[in-house]
Amino acid sequence: MNFLRLLAVFFRVSVLGELAYRANFFMQLFESLLELAASLAGLAVVFSYTDTLGGWRPDEVLALVGVYFLAGGVIGLVIQPGMEQFIESVRDGTLDFTLTKPEDAQLLISIQRVEIWQLIDIVLGLGVLGTALVRLGETVGAFEAAEFATMLLAGAVIIYSFWLILATLSFWFVRVENILEIFRSMYEAGRWPVSLYPGWLRFGLTFIVPVAFATTVPAEALTGRLTLETLLGAVVLAALLFTVSRVVWRIGLRHYSGTSA
Amino acid sequence: MKTLADLYVQQFKTTFASMLQYRASLVIWMIAHVLEPLVYLIVWSTVSSTSGGSVGDYTTREFAAYFIVMMLVNHLTYTWIMYEYEYRIREGALSFALLKPVHPIHSDIADNISSKLITLPGMLLVAVVLAFLFHPAANVAPWAIVASVPALLLAFLLRFLLEWSLAQVAFWTTRVGAINHTYYILVLFLSGQIAPLTLFPSPIQAAAAVLPFRWMIGFPVELLLGRLTPSEALTGLAAQTAWLILALVVVRIVWRAGVRAYSAVGA
Repeated sequence: MNFLRLLAVFFRVSVLGELAYRANFFMQLFESLLELAASLAGLAVVFSYTDTLGGWRPDEVLALVGVYFLAGGVIGLVIQPGMEQFIESVRDGTLDFTLTKPEDAQLLISIQRVEIWQLIDIVLGLGVLGTALVRLGETVGAFEAAEFATMLLAGAVIIYSFWLILATLSFWFVRVENILEIFRSMYEAGRWPVSLYPGWLRFGLTFIVPVAFATTVPAEALTGRLTLETLLGAVVLAALLFTVSRVVWRIGLRHYSGTSA
Repeated sequence: MKTLADLYVQQFKTTFASMLQYRASLVIWMIAHVLEPLVYLIVWSTVSSTSGGSVGDYTTREFAAYFIVMMLVNHLTYTWIMYEYEYRIREGALSFALLKPVHPIHSDIADNISSKLITLPGMLLVAVVLAFLFHPAANVAPWAIVASVPALLLAFLLRFLLEWSLAQVAFWTTRVGAINHTYYILVLFLSGQIAPLTLFPSPIQAAAAVLPFRWMIGFPVELLLGRLTPSEALTGLAAQTAWLILALVVVRIVWRAGVRAYSAVGA
């Protein structure tokens, strides 16, 4: 629960900082709405020629777009900004300050920055998701909802561990933010169901850059496509990657020499 | 004219050397440039094969050809100047460029071309691999290949000048993110990057014919694939030239006004 308390503290600091720049809210709102409009227009063009895309109906792909915005919002809210700042702090040595604090350093660097306006993407994502579910006319039972929540959480843990492992590489290499740039372009591919892609690309989007676990898999849970293997696989992978990232972090930290040392 | 040519040669040499230092960033740009058309290639191939092998006037294999050529044309005409200018003006780095006795647009053009020369072999390799994976097909005509040389050159210059003048907005506001994003999405839809323009409803096609975006990307792609008649090709080249002249005028006006509005750090 210490985690939630600290997250709340960092969140409050961010809110206080950002309230001085309220225009940023409207900028982000504009950009998010624009992005959403482009997504929906893209879907409209594709579905003006077909009724199903790789077995997915229009409203099911709409639900996926909702998950895409929701997961993207969560990544942009806390995971990505924290990792970017961490990489920067290894380079300029300010990580020293974090390490002297009486709290687990991995926890601190993970939640040290919160981009509150990304909440707009989360709200929009939830709105799109809700609309899609109403249009699908299916009552999402408690079971599907639980599956969805589990998969979303597993997806977040997988993405977080993936970023942490890559970011930890900055203890050895100076410039790793470029690798994170690749994630951004790969994430775009998550707008569409990964089952569409040929095997090699599906493999890449599942296991090399695990975009599929953040977007397609939770959407599968909501549309009744989730198999037991995928569900268990996602949970096991999340646990495994989380452990690996912790180990890599520990080894990396031992490698860190600080500014003055 | 001779001094300008000398200038370009020197600029090529220096930027070539500096670009080679940032190979990793060039590879990352390439991944982004490959992935986006690849996603749309797969989406439209899927739609096409589930609706009996063709959508509109494109077969599954013609979609593959369209998006592979689109990937190359987009790469050749792409600029990053709008993102770069905001930084230059905010950080005052532009002041040095202003001290030089030539227009700063020349060094930007040379920069752009040298980075393309470095990455082009890689992109061609990717195109060959994609061709093996997706079996593209097109009715290429020799005259269309010849006509696509000036079309590509005009497309590059038009896109460069348009984005260069749009980048000058940073003289007046440093919040250019929203403008760049809006522009990016307009290009995505109206240049034919998301789907061939003939698949869009006719009002959008009409808008695309009047706006400059199609002439920067979609037109050379369609021409290369042999989808245009000779008269359509001539109309296209004329539209490109008209937009290019307009863009030249806009660049001059915006640049003069912008420099007057510019107050560097420490000035």
